[in-house]
Amino acid sequence: MASATTRVPLIALVGNPNTGKSTLFNRLTGVRQRVGNYPGVTVERKSGRFRSGDWEAELIDLPGTYSLAAASLDERVVVDVLGGHLPGTTRPDAVLCVVDATNLSRNLFLASQVADLGLPMVIALNCVDAAEQQGIRVDAEGLAARLGVPVVPTVATRGEGVPALATAMARAVSENLRMRTTQWPEPVSDAVRELADACRAATGTALPEAELRRVLFDAGSAIPERIGWDGAEPTVATIREKLRAAHIHPFAIETLQRYGELDRLLEGLVARPEHAVGTRSESIDALLTHRVWGLLLFAALMYLVFQSVYTWAAPFMDLIESAKEQVKAAIEPWFAGMPAVRSLVSDGILEGVGSVVVFVPQIAILFAFIALLEDTGYMARAAFLMDRLLAWCGLNGKSFVPLLSSYACAVPGVLATRTIEDPKARLLTILIAPLMSCSARLPVYVLMIGAFVEPRHGPWIAGAVLFAMHFVGLAVAVPVAWSLNRFVFRMPAQPFLLEMPPYRVPRLRDVLWRIWERVREFLVRAGTAIFAITILLWALLYFPRPAAVAEAVRTQFVAEAEAAQDSGTLRAALADPESDLSRDLAHRIDGAYVEQSLLGRAGRAIQPVFAPAGFDWRITVGVLSSFPAREVIIATLGVIYNLGGDLDEESGTLRETLAAQTWPEGPRAGTPVYTVPVALAVMVFFALCLQCGATVAVIAKESNWLWATFAFAYVTGLAWIGAVLTYQVGTRWFGS
Amino acid sequence: MRRLSELALGASGRVLEIQVSGASGQRLLAMGLLPGSAFRVVAVAPMGDPLTVESMGRRISLRRSDAAGVEVELD
Repeated sequence: MASATTRVPLIALVGNPNTGKSTLFNRLTGVRQRVGNYPGVTVERKSGRFRSGDWEAELIDLPGTYSLAAASLDERVVVDVLGGHLPGTTRPDAVLCVVDATNLSRNLFLASQVADLGLPMVIALNCVDAAEQQGIRVDAEGLAARLGVPVVPTVATRGEGVPALATAMARAVSENLRMRTTQWPEPVSDAVRELADACRAATGTALPEAELRRVLFDAGSAIPERIGWDGAEPTVATIREKLRAAHIHPFAIETLQRYGELDRLLEGLVARPEHAVGTRSESIDALLTHRVWGLLLFAALMYLVFQSVYTWAAPFMDLIESAKEQVKAAIEPWFAGMPAVRSLVSDGILEGVGSVVVFVPQIAILFAFIALLEDTGYMARAAFLMDRLLAWCGLNGKSFVPLLSSYACAVPGVLATRTIEDPKARLLTILIAPLMSCSARLPVYVLMIGAFVEPRHGPWIAGAVLFAMHFVGLAVAVPVAWSLNRFVFRMPAQPFLLEMPPYRVPRLRDVLWRIWERVREFLVRAGTAIFAITILLWALLYFPRPAAVAEAVRTQFVAEAEAAQDSGTLRAALADPESDLSRDLAHRIDGAYVEQSLLGRAGRAIQPVFAPAGFDWRITVGVLSSFPAREVIIATLGVIYNLGGDLDEESGTLRETLAAQTWPEGPRAGTPVYTVPVALAVMVFFALCLQCGATVAVIAKESNWLWATFAFAYVTGLAWIGAVLTYQVGTRWFGS
Repeated sequence: MRRLSELALGASGRVLEIQVSGASGQRLLAMGLLPGSAFRVVAVAPMGDPLTVESMGRRISLRRSDAAGVEVELD
């Protein structure tokens, strides 16, 4: 058995999208996987070990691609990994190429390109079961003989052929079995030779022939840049002109030549039924992409997805909340006499852990649906149906599911953008996802509408306002996406070419695996950042906490209370920590501490910034304290108004307290703080603002901290503008 | 000669040429939509765009703007 330290052969797994490549990867490596990103890009890197007898190898799963033209980010990663050009990666020792047996010639195109790299190869002839159902039979042995490499029939979803695949890999590596390469017409060989000379003269680098052909065939190849060949473009253009003169189209010759050769090579190896069996996919598609029925089914499915993330997750989230409270209650006695440690453990650490774990139900449910939608093949149809709606502002059809899920919670929504291949559309989707009105905003709406809109304007208007609040973010997101696409992203538009894979029955095992992968990744990668942010906020709200603050509050409280009752009952009431009076005092002390905390002071200092939106310093503190998680506002307001932190948005006391607040001084002294325009401004602020540490952390992990900072800054800026506009316009319309 | 972008649901024919100047052309070739291959428009999205073309057992969805570079002849 090879020890972990000896270098085992590195094998790259390549294949077209939808060939069952990832399933095969999971079957080969099982649970021994490592997941990360390639350095500098957001393309996922998965690797794992597999063995055949006592031969062991490391397998890396590369993104599914159709060619090595390096036109997309995914393709570039595949090319760079296969060439060993990516910093921190070593060149693979062999390639495992997965092809779909139902469409052999189209799938072998990629294999034929990979063959040029001169690495040992094995072909996994996957989906032989689906091929048989369609009456297609492939002579695997004949194919292996003609290609020169092992061809192993597999059914990845059932694990069939997987042990044989491992054996074949071991043989291919030890015997250096390479696939036969494509023969090129004379003018192409001449052009490649000329290019080789020019390249050596200009850079001193002797590029391998396969790479020279890529420079010749691909418009905008990245290779000259990699080797520092600045003047490549005019040289290549001249050589291409010579090809054209010989009636060879430099951008088309590669595909024509390879497909032509593959067709000849496959002659007599693939038996097809005389009359193509009308595939099930065709009749299902007629329904699912239908103008009316297709859209109705789509709407119903999306409603189901949304409802389940929104509703089904709730009991699990409540369970996590109550478990957290129970743990708190159980361990708090341990820290009697150590209030700072108790608060750190209970309000800092436990809240921090809770605020990470609470997202797991929503992520698990959303990714269960995404796995089902993708594995059945429906996701591509959904993208097809929605593309027109989203394309004009730089998004594409695949942005729909992430954006819809963000209405429940932006954290799974941002994670779901993994399904978008186009990096620009993906980044745009990530950047506008936090503007969708997630479920954590609901308590703020309910509190404000319940306290200020409903009493004055009745339930109908209240309902309408609640409904309208859910579209504020969307109304802002559309122009934002459009302008980012138009003015900020200079990336060229990616073509939206999407294969509609055949419909397949998903495997429970694969779905569960995908859920587990995502949840584990969220906990490991985003969890730490979310946890850190929660602890930081706890510290800002807790410190400096001088004892003098509590003393001053207590003295004043006792003086006020003594005026109302005799000192005997007062002393008795204060001696009992469960009495109303003691609770009142404790709440007041908590309130005073928050006012004196670093965050409270910051709130007072920053209040002038929010004055144009009509916010007083208390609302400002509430806003600041809600940046890690917006739902915290309710508890913070409770503490600030001396009502304690255990309130919810339906609390009558909190509503009454808010309604009773008046400005203590200044031009508005004596008038209510919360007018309808202020309440609306608060709601608009919360509707837009990126007050969610978890979302910021996930955006950073899915793109980088620069984009996360940008998202945070622009969304917060928009929230401020929105709140100020709402207040100013509202004050002029409604009066105060 | 017609362009793929002009076709309606159910149209079928043969690909004549693919203009490969844009990124979409080369990708279409790589995906196997080749000159000479037979195709059929099997789906059109509700808002008229994109469309899905079937050719040689592969179904490819593409926007009409990307389909403009594909010259075809109808059956």
